[in-house]
Amino acid sequence: MSDIVLKTENLTKHYGGVHALQEANFELRKGEHVAIMGDNGAGKSTFVRQITGVEQRTSGKIWFDGKEVSFAGPIEAREAGIETVFQNLALADDLDVPSNLFLGREKVLFNLGPFSILDRKAMRKATEAALIRTAVKIPNLSSTIRHMSGGQRQCVAIARTATFASKLIIMDEPTAALGVQETAQVENIVRTLKENGEPLILISHNMRQVFDLVDRIVVFRRGKIVANLRKQDTDGNDIVAYITGAKTGQAELQAA
Amino acid sequence: MSQTSHGIGGLSYDAKKRPWPAEFNVFLALVILVAAFELVGRVFLGDSFLFNTRENVAGIFNEQRLQIIILQVSIVGIIAIGVTQVIICGGIDLSSGSIVGATAMIAMSFAQVATVNGNPNPKAMFIDYGWTDLPVIVPLLVAVGCGLIAGLINGLLIAYTRIPPFIATLGMMVTARGIAKWWSKGQPISFPTDSFAAIGKGLMPVFIFISLAILFQLILTYTKYGKHCYAIGSNEAAARMSGIKIANHKVLVYVIAGILASIAAVVLSSKNLTAQAGMGVMYELDAIAMAVIGGVSLSGGRGSIIGTVIGSLIFGVIISGFTFLRLDAYYQEMVKGVIIVGAVVLDQWRQRRRAVGA
Repeated sequence: MSDIVLKTENLTKHYGGVHALQEANFELRKGEHVAIMGDNGAGKSTFVRQITGVEQRTSGKIWFDGKEVSFAGPIEAREAGIETVFQNLALADDLDVPSNLFLGREKVLFNLGPFSILDRKAMRKATEAALIRTAVKIPNLSSTIRHMSGGQRQCVAIARTATFASKLIIMDEPTAALGVQETAQVENIVRTLKENGEPLILISHNMRQVFDLVDRIVVFRRGKIVANLRKQDTDGNDIVAYITGAKTGQAELQAA
Repeated sequence: MSQTSHGIGGLSYDAKKRPWPAEFNVFLALVILVAAFELVGRVFLGDSFLFNTRENVAGIFNEQRLQIIILQVSIVGIIAIGVTQVIICGGIDLSSGSIVGATAMIAMSFAQVATVNGNPNPKAMFIDYGWTDLPVIVPLLVAVGCGLIAGLINGLLIAYTRIPPFIATLGMMVTARGIAKWWSKGQPISFPTDSFAAIGKGLMPVFIFISLAILFQLILTYTKYGKHCYAIGSNEAAARMSGIKIANHKVLVYVIAGILASIAAVVLSSKNLTAQAGMGVMYELDAIAMAVIGGVSLSGGRGSIIGTVIGSLIFGVIISGFTFLRLDAYYQEMVKGVIIVGAVVLDQWRQRRRAVGA
């Protein structure tokens, strides 16, 4: 149990009559990178929203970091050590890179409540260190997010996640809107995180990316987990078969 | 390699090619405007707008005109400092002019003297209670209290009922004006104590305006509060996800705007030695105009107090320039309307250009 970072048991979510997620059992070990795949509406994002406290589950249990948890909201989940990179980037366009990295958790020189004086030098230094650690390339830290490319924005969002996520990082289609080079840059960051031993859940539609980056692949179909396979035990065709429902995979699931 | 490179991850960056701060463009507009009035004045009137042309007065500049310009804008400028913060935060405040009216009436009634030229003060509101010749701190605290309550109601409405700021502050605009008229049943309130009258004497309004502008420019740049203003105006959802307490922050922003409006009320009524229910009418729009001219984006997230101060000077120069060119006051109002709309159009255009460029 001690090396399990995240575990869900019979996690279920109904939206009225729609069973978006049914009895999902999922485990993530320390240092492990797991991909979640599945068609649109298969329940991937629903699953993540229950874990990060964005929505409240209908039933089921979640253990995080050895304790049973029930997050009232995303901020609570974040404080517990789960950081999420959202599809729509949660960045403030008119702020520069350090301000975005430290948004909501600014370093201060003097604590005067809301009028606390910011420690801008320390934040800038920490930002530089964080970007170097995640191998993110940004030409100018002082320029606002508005002036950056989609890839650079995504890198800033990921660098923020990586800087503060103590225990788990979740990425929801981080490269969906990016070009080839920018995708490669984001993937390099993910590899860096792997080397650093940071556990990660990656939601992606990109088969090549998934096989390049993760250890294990979990497939969702119609709200249920239909496959849970180690990368070396499967291939692209196999995964597609699970996603489309050509294979149901209950047998493998029992074995795994 | 370039000596100015300070990029991350091997990317070089030339700091010299950094884009100009937006305030620089606004300042440039001010300079051009002054130059235009100077030119038109020289050609058509044979008089200078900026420089001293009279033999009997010392000095290079026309100090009288410069003083009038800055004195004219400093009271509305104080309001504009608060309005700037509200707009940066993604909101709008239409109530500041009415808050000025209500606060001026209420505060002035606590600042009156008992006797005028040996006779009992005919306008004294509370002479029966003996509340006359009170120390100046009393009307000051009353004023700040009025601004605080008005701002608090604005902020709580906007943060917790989630009605649009436009509607919430529109309601406050009408209500506060009603309070201003009701307070003395429409009568002006006059004859303040000497210490209260000293607040708005001479160039004091300018001094107060500049001090508050510097204070809030520093606060917006160097504190958590300032950073969160820009963050919320820029992307409220992102700010919420980052753990910023949006509701608390919005309440604070509107409270600050209310208090600044009440400070403007004190300065104005002290300067005029009287308070009237109609004081501050349209000040809210003038203040918004100053902010927008100064580069504060109505969609939030962008702008600065420095910009607003320069915007207020542009505003003052235009009004003073029209007087200088001996044009009727009617034209001033018409042109003011055009400037307000023009500034917003300019802001939209800047944004579209930025969006295309990105």
